[in-house]
Amino acid sequence: MFENIRSDFPLYKKIPDLVYLDSAATALKPESVLLAMDRYYREYSSNVSRGLYPLADQATMAVDEARQKVASFVGNKKEGIVFVASATQAINTVSLGLLEHVKKNNNIVVTELEHHSNFLPWKELSRLTGAELRIAKVDKDGFLDETGISPLVDDNTSIVAFTAVSNVTGLINPVGEIIRTVRKKNKNTLILIDICQAAGHIPISQEEWDADFLVFSAHKLFGPTGVGVLSGKPESLSLLRSVNVGGGTVLDALTSPVTYKQHFERLEGGTPNIAGIVGLGAAIDYLNGLGIKNVRNHEKRLVSLIFSELQEAFGKQVAIVGSQDKEKRTSIVSFTHSDMHPHDMAHLLGEKNICIRAGEQCARPLHNSLHIDASARISLSVYNTEEDISKLIHELKAAFEILVS
Amino acid sequence: MSLYQDLILDHYRNPRNAGTLPHPTGSADAINLSCGDKLHMDIALKNDKILDIRFSGSGCAISLAAASLLTEHVKGKTAHEALGLEPKHILEILGITLSTNRLKCGLLSLETLKKALAINTK
Repeated sequence: MFENIRSDFPLYKKIPDLVYLDSAATALKPESVLLAMDRYYREYSSNVSRGLYPLADQATMAVDEARQKVASFVGNKKEGIVFVASATQAINTVSLGLLEHVKKNNNIVVTELEHHSNFLPWKELSRLTGAELRIAKVDKDGFLDETGISPLVDDNTSIVAFTAVSNVTGLINPVGEIIRTVRKKNKNTLILIDICQAAGHIPISQEEWDADFLVFSAHKLFGPTGVGVLSGKPESLSLLRSVNVGGGTVLDALTSPVTYKQHFERLEGGTPNIAGIVGLGAAIDYLNGLGIKNVRNHEKRLVSLIFSELQEAFGKQVAIVGSQDKEKRTSIVSFTHSDMHPHDMAHLLGEKNICIRAGEQCARPLHNSLHIDASARISLSVYNTEEDISKLIHELKAAFEILVS
Repeated sequence: MSLYQDLILDHYRNPRNAGTLPHPTGSADAINLSCGDKLHMDIALKNDKILDIRFSGSGCAISLAAASLLTEHVKGKTAHEALGLEPKHILEILGITLSTNRLKCGLLSLETLKKALAINTK
């Protein structure tokens, strides 16, 4: 599968021997995405939703088309898709947007599995409102389940926020089941799901999950940096105070109170990242062309290979973070080595053009809970091959020779 | 040039001044959370002179080798001299250049040392 796929990614032309294993940080960009963005700037560069001339119409339609693609991709309606600058900004748009909604006697439920970007905004909202921050634990295998989150939910829970897939373990949480149990405890609780590491790896359906908000970034999905998506139920979006009022958000600026537009328009102040949004649309087209099932099978096969090769090369010196059940994992494998610090592994691999991540991975709560100071993370995408894994293992052995032997 | 030169690897594998002092006149801890590095340093100061110094902790080869090399460098020097050390001096002692991302690994020991001296000289 995906035999000639590297020809779609220009970075491999520039660096043919690149072994890129950090796609959970950001994915490489296919030619089609770059072309779509370039085409906007070269052929119909103009502002959206403002001009009355054909070029402006073309730009407006391109953004509208991208919004529809994103809506179909996450299983939501176009009106619920808000473009912002990053997934982090999408979460802050919700957390700060709820500043007047959350009261002192409320509580906010998050989990220790979260990336700092889905942890700190809630900690900040708790500080600003006086609402209690409750942190759900993962089970011994690293999963969130209904027994971890729902006991923390009560009548006063205003929002529950958790990740569909951990950026450290790659484990897939049973999002739909968790949401059902949360709704049983409190049907009015808002629910936000971070799908940054899930989008493009497993099927997403906001409607089926019944989530109020989903957030993700374009750049982990073959799209450009600088675009994040907040996908919300229209009625849930309407609860948010806009933290970014200004041009494009208003019907009548002189009324008191100001008469704002509805849905996404109310929350998208300022000229959006038009090229980036068009690029995200092209990225979704690219992904749809690959087929999510094919992507998943490819990634599962390589993850199995990483497990077996690490085991063969290092035995018990290597510990995988989280369950090794590959059916419940995406394309992320984090591990520690008893005799090599993650930074040393990552740096020595980097000297051989092999890119992995090392450190606390913006997930201090999870590392703290697992009593790990730092871990090394391999994350895969469609352009990775068995040869990449062989090179990785070969150079990890070489690193061991340098550092330990 | 690889970061992992013989000098670094030698000090990483065979750290000098490793351990703790039974009666330090000053001690300090420093951590680098994003890397997961932790250092503890004990110093024994007499008449402003660093008579002895020990470090312990966990971290990458760069942070541990830097701690070993730094303790060796400041032993016998005055607290004043040690407090005057700057990041560029650490790089000179290490004999390598560090990228922005690795600089904090190299400088953790300097931070720990300065904290220990500040506590001592209070």
